[in-house]
Amino acid sequence: MEAIIEFKDYSFKYRSQKETTIHDINLKIYPGEKILIAGPSGSGKSTLAHCINALIPCSYNGEVKGELKVAGQDPATSGVFGMSKKVGTVLQDSDGQFIGLTVAEDVAFALENDAVSQAEIFDKVDRAAELVDIKNLLKSSPAELSGGQKQRVSMAGVLVDDVEILLFDEPLANLDPATGKRTIALIDELMQKKNLTVIIIEHRLEDCLYRDLDRIILVNDGRIIADEKPDKLLAGDLLSKEGIREPLYISALKYAGAEITAEDKPQHIESMNILPYREKVKNWYENSEKNLPVNNNPYLLEVENLSFSYDTGSQDRKYVLEDINFRVRKGEILSIVGKNGAGKSTLSALICGFYKPLSGKILLNGEDLTDLSIKERGEKIGFVMQSPNQMISKPLIMDEVGLGLSCRGVPEDEIKERVEETLKICGLYPFRNWPVNALSFGQKKRVSIASILVMKPEILILDEPTAGQDYRHYTEIMEFLKKINEETGITIIMITHDMHLMLEYTDRAIVLADGRLITDDSPAAVLTDEAIADRAYLKKTSLYDLAKLCDIEDASDFVNSFIYYERKIRSNV
Amino acid sequence: MSKLISYEKKNTRIHELSGFTKLVFFILWCLTSALTYDTRILHIMVIIGACIYRLSGTSWKQVSTVFKAVMFFMLINLLCIFFFAPYQGCDIYKSRTDLADLFGNYSITAEQLFYEYNVMIKYFTVIPTIFIFLVTTDPSELAASMNGVGIPYTVSYAFSLALRYIPDLQGDFRKIRNAQEARGIEMSSKAGLMERIKRNASIISPLLFSSMDRIEVVSNAMELRGFGKKKKRSWYSKKKLAPADYAVIAFIIVFSAAVLIITYMDGSRFYNPFI
Amino acid sequence: MKIKFGIKEVVATGIGTALFVVLTEVQIPLVIVPNTALQPRMAILSFLAAVFGPMVGALVGLLGHALGDALFYGSVWWSWVLPEAIVGIAIGLFRKRFGVKEGAFGKNAIIWFNIVQIIANAIAWVGAAPALDVAVYAEPSNKVFAQGALACLGNVIIIGVLGSILLAAYSKIAGKSSSLTKED
Ligand SMILES: Nc1ncnc2c1ncn2[C@@H]1O[C@H](COP(=O)(O)OP(=O)(O)OP(=O)(O)O)[C@@H](O)[C@H]1O
Ligand SMILES: Nc1ncnc2c1ncn2[C@@H]1O[C@H](COP(=O)(O)OP(=O)(O)OP(=O)(O)O)[C@@H](O)[C@H]1O
Ligand SMILES: [Mg+2]
Ligand SMILES: [Mg+2]
Repeated sequence: MEAIIEFKDYSFKYRSQKETTIHDINLKIYPGEKILIAGPSGSGKSTLAHCINALIPCSYNGEVKGELKVAGQDPATSGVFGMSKKVGTVLQDSDGQFIGLTVAEDVAFALENDAVSQAEIFDKVDRAAELVDIKNLLKSSPAELSGGQKQRVSMAGVLVDDVEILLFDEPLANLDPATGKRTIALIDELMQKKNLTVIIIEHRLEDCLYRDLDRIILVNDGRIIADEKPDKLLAGDLLSKEGIREPLYISALKYAGAEITAEDKPQHIESMNILPYREKVKNWYENSEKNLPVNNNPYLLEVENLSFSYDTGSQDRKYVLEDINFRVRKGEILSIVGKNGAGKSTLSALICGFYKPLSGKILLNGEDLTDLSIKERGEKIGFVMQSPNQMISKPLIMDEVGLGLSCRGVPEDEIKERVEETLKICGLYPFRNWPVNALSFGQKKRVSIASILVMKPEILILDEPTAGQDYRHYTEIMEFLKKINEETGITIIMITHDMHLMLEYTDRAIVLADGRLITDDSPAAVLTDEAIADRAYLKKTSLYDLAKLCDIEDASDFVNSFIYYERKIRSNV
Repeated sequence: MSKLISYEKKNTRIHELSGFTKLVFFILWCLTSALTYDTRILHIMVIIGACIYRLSGTSWKQVSTVFKAVMFFMLINLLCIFFFAPYQGCDIYKSRTDLADLFGNYSITAEQLFYEYNVMIKYFTVIPTIFIFLVTTDPSELAASMNGVGIPYTVSYAFSLALRYIPDLQGDFRKIRNAQEARGIEMSSKAGLMERIKRNASIISPLLFSSMDRIEVVSNAMELRGFGKKKKRSWYSKKKLAPADYAVIAFIIVFSAAVLIITYMDGSRFYNPFI
Repeated sequence: MKIKFGIKEVVATGIGTALFVVLTEVQIPLVIVPNTALQPRMAILSFLAAVFGPMVGALVGLLGHALGDALFYGSVWWSWVLPEAIVGIAIGLFRKRFGVKEGAFGKNAIIWFNIVQIIANAIAWVGAAPALDVAVYAEPSNKVFAQGALACLGNVIIIGVLGSILLAAYSKIAGKSSSLTKED
C-alpha cells in the first residue's frame, strides 16, 4: 500500500533557532491508520504536525531539509490552502482558533470560505454540531464558553469539511475525562464513517487507548525514538523511561511484579489477559501498607453559601454557582473537579476577587474577604490562570518571572536569585534569556506557574496546572508543589481534569456538577463511586477495573494502596 | 470598566430588518444630517429619530452611560465654539442682534444662539440612530452586510474579527490591570507625565505583544480553514431582504435626496430666519 | 507599489482595531490644558502601521476611531475619523525603512519614524481635520484649528514616546535570528 504521509530524512530549523528542531525524520503513515504521537513537551510534536499541514514552511520561516509527501503532494508547493483540502487540523490552542462571533459562525467558517450556499451551510453546521454535542450552544459567543466547550467547537469546525487526514494537536488537553473519552470515541467513529487517517498528538496516553490505536510514535528532542504497536510499547519500559505516563493499571501490574508481554494485549484493561498476574496483584495488595496522612490544622479558607451568576439585573438569571460550601485546612492539597462548564474557573475567580459573589462569603484565616481589593487578596492568594497567554505580560522569560518581585520592591540581586531558583525547579533555566513567544505551549504554561511560585503566596490556586504537560514535567511540577507544601505549609487548590493528578497528589476532592457541590470526599472514594463519576463526567479509574478483575472487594482501598505506594517511590527518588 | 453599548436580542420591527438595510440607512442618515443646516429639516429628523427609538424598544439603561458622555462632549463643544468664535452665527446669517453683553468683546447674539442651537440639534438627529444601530444590529450580520454594500470581504471580515475580539481584549486588559494591581502598581496616583506614560506602557505592552502572538495563531487557524481561497465567500448569518427592507431603503434614499435638494435649493445650506 | 492585504493583514486589522477600541478609554491627561489628553491608542495605531503597512494603518485608523467613538461616546465625528487614516497610511508607507520585523529598529529608524509621524500628524490634525470640520460641519475655523493643533501635539508626544518604546521592544524580539540556544 502507498503511504499517505511520508517523511524522508526530513529536518527543520526555525529561523530564530540556532539548532534544528526536528532531525532526520523517517516516517510512513498509511491510509486508514490511527497514529498517536507522544513525547515530552517541547520535543517537536507540534512542529511535526505543522510540517504536515504546510504551516511549515509556508507560515513559519526556517530551513527545511529532506522530503515530505502528504496525500501525493508536497506541502511546501501546495501551500496551506492546498493542504487544507486534504488535512483537517485542530490546533493546540483552542482559544486562538475560535474566530467566529458565535459558535455557529465558527463552525461554518470553512464552508463560508468555500462560498457554499447558505442552506447547505445551515445543514452541515447542524450536523457537525450534533456530532460533538454543541447544538444548544450554536448561538453562544466565545466569551460564554468554558475551555472544553471551545475545544468541541473547534472539532466541529474541522468536521464540516471533507478531508482525508485529521490532525489533532492535544485534543484532550482541556477536556473533562468523560468528554475526553467521548472525543476519542467520536474520532474513532468519524474515522470509520469517513475513511480517514488520523494523527493524534497527546500526553494522555491512557485516555487515547480507550479505542484501538495502530501505532504509537515516540518523539524526543526532535527525533523519532520508537514507532511501535501499542501492545509492544506498553509491555516494555520505554514509556516510563522517556517520561511518558503509562496507564495506571499497567503501573499497578508492574508494581506487583508482573512481567507483561505484548501477547497479553495490554492495550485495554477489559480485554487484557490478566489471569497470569492475578495472584501477584492480590499478594501485593495484601502486603501493602497504607496510612494516608490526616490533616487536623485549623481552617484557612472557608466558603459559605456562595452563589454567583454572570447575568446581572435580570430576574430569571442562570446561576453558575449555587450555594457552595466547603472549607480548606492549612497545608491541605485539594482538588476541584467536575465537567466542562461546571463553574470551577469561576469559583477560583471569585476567591481571588475578580468578581463579586451574588451572595455568601469567603473567609481567609477567619477573616471576611468581601471588602478586600484584588491587590490585598493578591498578597495572600496566588492564582495561576488556565491559559498562560492571559498571564504572561513580559516579552522575556526572566522579566516575566521577576515582575511580581520587582513591583514589590525586592532588591535586584535577590530577585535574580529567586527567579533562577524557580526557573531551575520548573525546568526553564536553559531558556531564561529567550523571548516567551519562542516557547511551546507547555513551556509557556510552566512560565506562568513559575511567575506565581516565585512570590511565595499563602495559598496557591492553580487552574489546570498540568494541562498540556508531559509526564516528566508533570511529575516535576507536582513534586515541586508537594515539596513546597511540605516545607512551607502552603495550601494548594488545584482545578483539574486529570484524574491521576487528583488521585496521586490531593488529599481531598471537591466535585462540582451544574453549579452545585455534589461531593467532598477522598479522591479514591470519588473515583470508585460510579454514580458520582457519571454525574460529574469523571471517569472511574482503571485501577477499579483491575481490582474487580483480580477479585479484590474493596476497590477504593486498593486505589489507596496504590497511591500510597506511588508516593513512597516518589519520595525515595 | 465602562459598559459599552451592545447588541441585545429583542423582537421588534427594527430588529427584524436586515443589517444591510440598517447600515444603508445609518450611512445616508448621518451624511444627510452632516450636510444640512436647514433647521426645519433637522427638527423633522429629530422627530423621526425619536419615533424609531421608540419602535426599537431600546431601554434607557442600555444607553444611559454613553448618552451622558455625549451630552458632556456636546456641552464642551458648544462652549468652545462660543469662546473661539462668538460671532460665527452673525457671519453665517449676515446679521447681528445683540441680546446681552458679557465681558471683553464677548456678547450673546441671537444669531450665535441660533447657530449653536443648530449644532446641538444635529447631535440629537444622529444620537438615536447610532444607538439603535448598535443595539439592534446583530454583530454577526454586520460583516455580511458590509460585504453587501460593496466593501471587500477581507475588510468586512477584519471588522467582524474586531467585534469578535473586543470583549476578549477588554477581558485581557482588565486581567492585566488586575495583575498589575496585585503586584503593587498604582495607576491613578499623581506622577510626572513620563512616569505615567511608562506605567501605561506596562499594561499596554503585554496586551499588544500577546495580541501580536494572537495575530499569528489566528491567521494560521484561518489559513488552515481556507480563508481567502476564493474571490467570493458566503455568510452564515446573512439575512435575506424582506419587503420591509426594500421599503426602508427606498424611504431613506428618497428622503436624503429630498433633504439635499431642499437644503441647497436657495444656494446656501443654512436656513436663515433673520432675513 | 503593490499593497498586500493577505490573511495576516486581515487579522492584524481585526485584532488591531479591537485593541484600538479597547484602549479608547485609556487617557493620560496632560496637566496643563483641561480636556485634552494623550491617547495611548495612537501609539498602537502607529505600531501596527509600522509593522503591517499602510493598508492596515488606514483601516485600523478608520474602523477603530469610528467604532471606538460610537461605542464609548455615542457619536462619530467623521471629520476626525478620516485624518486618522492619513497617519496610518503615512507611517505604513515607510514600513520598509523601519525594518521592525527584521530587528533593525535602531537609532536611525527611530529618527525616521519620528520625522514621518510628526509630518503625518501635522497634515492630519492641523490640515485635514480642521478643513473637513469647516467644510462639512461649518464649525468656526479658529476653534477647529486650535483643537487640531492640540491633538497634533498630544499625538506627536504619545507616538514619539510610547510608539517608539513599543516598536523598539518588539523589534528586539521579532528580529532574533539563529540566536537562540539552550544555556546551562
Ligand atoms: N515559532 C517558533 N519559533 C522558534 N522556535 C519554536 C517555535 N515554535 C516552537 N519552537 C521550538 O521548537 C521546539 C519544539 O516545539 P513544539 O511546539 O513542536 O513542541 P511540542 O512537542 O509540541 O511541545 P508541547 O507538548 O509543549 O506542545 C521547542 O523547543 C520550541 O522552543
Ligand atoms: N464571562 C462569562 N460570561 C458569561 N458566562 C460565562 C462567563 N465565563 C464562563 N461562563 C459560563 O459559566 C459556566 C462556568 O464556566 P467555567 O469557566 O467556570 O467552567 P469550568 O468548570 O472552569 O470549565 P472548564 O473545565 O471547561 O474550564 C459555563 O457554562 C460558561 O459558559
Ligand atoms: Mg505542541
Ligand atoms: Mg475552567
